[in-house]
Amino acid sequence: MSVTAAPSWSHTRPQPGWLARLFDWKPFLIVVCLLPAVGLLTVFLTYPLGLGVWLAFTDTKIGRSGRWVGLENFAYLMEDPTFWSAVFYSVFYTAVATVGKFALGLWLALLLNNHLPFKSLIRAIILMPWIVPTVLSAIAFWWIYDPQFSIISYVFVDVLGLRERYFDFLGSTWPARFSLIAANIWRGIPFVAICLLAGLQTISPSLYEAALLDGATPWQRFTRITVPLLMPILAIVMTFSIIFTFTDFQLVYAITRGGPVNSTHLMATLAFQRGIAGQELAEGAAIAVSMIPFLVFATLFSYFALARRKWQQGESND
Amino acid sequence: MASVSIRNVRKSFGSTEVLHGVSVEIADGEFVVLVGPSGCGKSTLLRMIAGLENITSGEIAIGGRVVNNVPPKDRDIAMVFQNYALYPHMTVRDNMAFSLSLAKAPKQVIEAEVGRAARILGLEGLLHRYPRQLSGGQRQRVAMGRAIVRNPQVFLFDEPLSNLDAKLRVQMRAEIRELQMRLNTTTVYVTHDQIEAMTMADKIVVMNSGHVEQIGPPLELYDRPANLFVAGFIGSPAMNMIEGRVEDGAFRSADGTAWPLPPANGQGGAAPAGPIIYGVRPEHVRLAPGEGIPATVQVVEPTGSETQVLLRVGGASLVGAFRERIAARPGEVLPVLPDPALVHLFDRETGRRL
Ligand SMILES: Nc1ncnc2c1ncn2[C@@H]1O[C@H](COP(=O)(O)OP(=O)(O)OP(=O)(O)O)[C@@H](O)[C@H]1O
Ligand SMILES: [Mg+2]
Repeated sequence: MSVTAAPSWSHTRPQPGWLARLFDWKPFLIVVCLLPAVGLLTVFLTYPLGLGVWLAFTDTKIGRSGRWVGLENFAYLMEDPTFWSAVFYSVFYTAVATVGKFALGLWLALLLNNHLPFKSLIRAIILMPWIVPTVLSAIAFWWIYDPQFSIISYVFVDVLGLRERYFDFLGSTWPARFSLIAANIWRGIPFVAICLLAGLQTISPSLYEAALLDGATPWQRFTRITVPLLMPILAIVMTFSIIFTFTDFQLVYAITRGGPVNSTHLMATLAFQRGIAGQELAEGAAIAVSMIPFLVFATLFSYFALARRKWQQGESND
Repeated sequence: MASVSIRNVRKSFGSTEVLHGVSVEIADGEFVVLVGPSGCGKSTLLRMIAGLENITSGEIAIGGRVVNNVPPKDRDIAMVFQNYALYPHMTVRDNMAFSLSLAKAPKQVIEAEVGRAARILGLEGLLHRYPRQLSGGQRQRVAMGRAIVRNPQVFLFDEPLSNLDAKLRVQMRAEIRELQMRLNTTTVYVTHDQIEAMTMADKIVVMNSGHVEQIGPPLELYDRPANLFVAGFIGSPAMNMIEGRVEDGAFRSADGTAWPLPPANGQGGAAPAGPIIYGVRPEHVRLAPGEGIPATVQVVEPTGSETQVLLRVGGASLVGAFRERIAARPGEVLPVLPDPALVHLFDRETGRRL
């Protein structure tokens, strides 16, 4: 055996330098990689949120820094019927508007998923309410709901002659509440319809053909094929929609400013009303903080509803 | 069980006609394979039988009943799709039980039927799984199970094996054929693979751009192809086609080489005039030392069971498939001779068999 042959076979790796070893060390890597994200989140998310929460426990007013008062603001709100009315209307507004948006949005998506003439034109038109800035559409609705110049009243009274008097959309509590919900539904439909249309288009047509041969009626095809297969995307879209609707501000503030008699205040508009317009910064913050439990609930809903279903592609987490 | 009659069926998508009058008679319990190149209208015809496409003109009858206006679910057919179309959100059991549960069949009946189909296909252990948890071959079986559960009059298959690897394809081919024989259900099977067609069919329908070229049992298509298209499509490696004409009792290719004619055409028989295509299958070319036509070897491809040799005779190229091992090198000259009894002659103008 030749001794000289040995070195050519010993393939020792060169010792890496301390820098290379540092970058191979997992804890260090984790810290380095997380730092930018955590930094950004702290500055732009956590700080404002923390400040808001802190304000809720003080008696700060605009132009006057406050001191810690504990739960005093919340105790005050507990006794405040306007606050409770805003809580009630926020939940009601969210619930009714979400149901409306999804019923109409799904219906539109199903229509658009068929072969229609001028399909892309119709799709573009449907996106309109969503593209228009909210404040603009709010002003449009303000006119539509105006007691004297309302086009709806004009059509019903002057054109069709179905009614004697003009509608009073925004003058009293419940009509005003439902008018706002209608405006919110109108604005929200495009988002829901387009998202669900995207979901519908992922369902293979051959599944419907197979179901057709298996003897499914159109309704059965909808409930047994479409709905279950649409569920994952439906859950995502619904979560977003609930959060957006619950935190809505622009429509209500632009159309009614919470009136008549504070009956259409959402929690967001009330917080603004009290905190900025009414200068009671701390009280506004407390109202805003009270929204957090509702939003956490909505997020939890999404967490469970979005949990990967067993049949879905990818790694299962059951 | 039922027969299927397709009578002069045409299909147009918009202004383009893709089926130009197709007629096929399928007997009760028969296994018929529709075969043809891509885009020739096989799937379209199958989907018309299923009722997934409407019939532009002509008639389709299942079990003697014209079904042109019968909705798919009332035609009593079951279809296996190329992509299987399993419902991803249902387990194997629910996939197979779907049609019965839609028909509101009692629980015991569903259990029994699904159990029977699962036993036939060896799916008992997989009933609780979702389609994504199955291999390609298992999915294929579930798709068949879904069809079997229905107990249909007619099975329709649209290229059910094209997503499987070569080995599994051979295995499933035999399984499907065996299953069909056991259940004795009329079956229409679409494929573009002529080997699948040859091995599975009772009767093959060769289609080409919306026409039927020939209908017949596999070996008849192989032995007596009706035209050049069928001759070239059936058989692998493909038939050799040599252009030329008949002169003085022999076939002469363009360069003057003389090839033996079939006995019927050779002595005395009406020697066809005009340009002719001389067809001989590679496996019907043999080595004939002494009397053969000298052919130059170009490529030798041994497959083990046989040796395929690409040869050149004058201007024409010729493929021979030989049982014996041939150690020839490119450039060598081999004496080859087609078996005169197994030679096919076609009219060059019409493509018809002479
Ligand atoms: N919905 C449709 N609209 C217009 N043309 C179509 C439609 N479906 C099929 N065709 C045309 O009809 C012809 C036959 O199609 P078909 O799907 O039946 O072919 P095929 O024989 O099944 O081919 P392959 O082996 O590739 O599946 C093709 O030329 C195709 O372009
Ligand atoms: Mg096809």
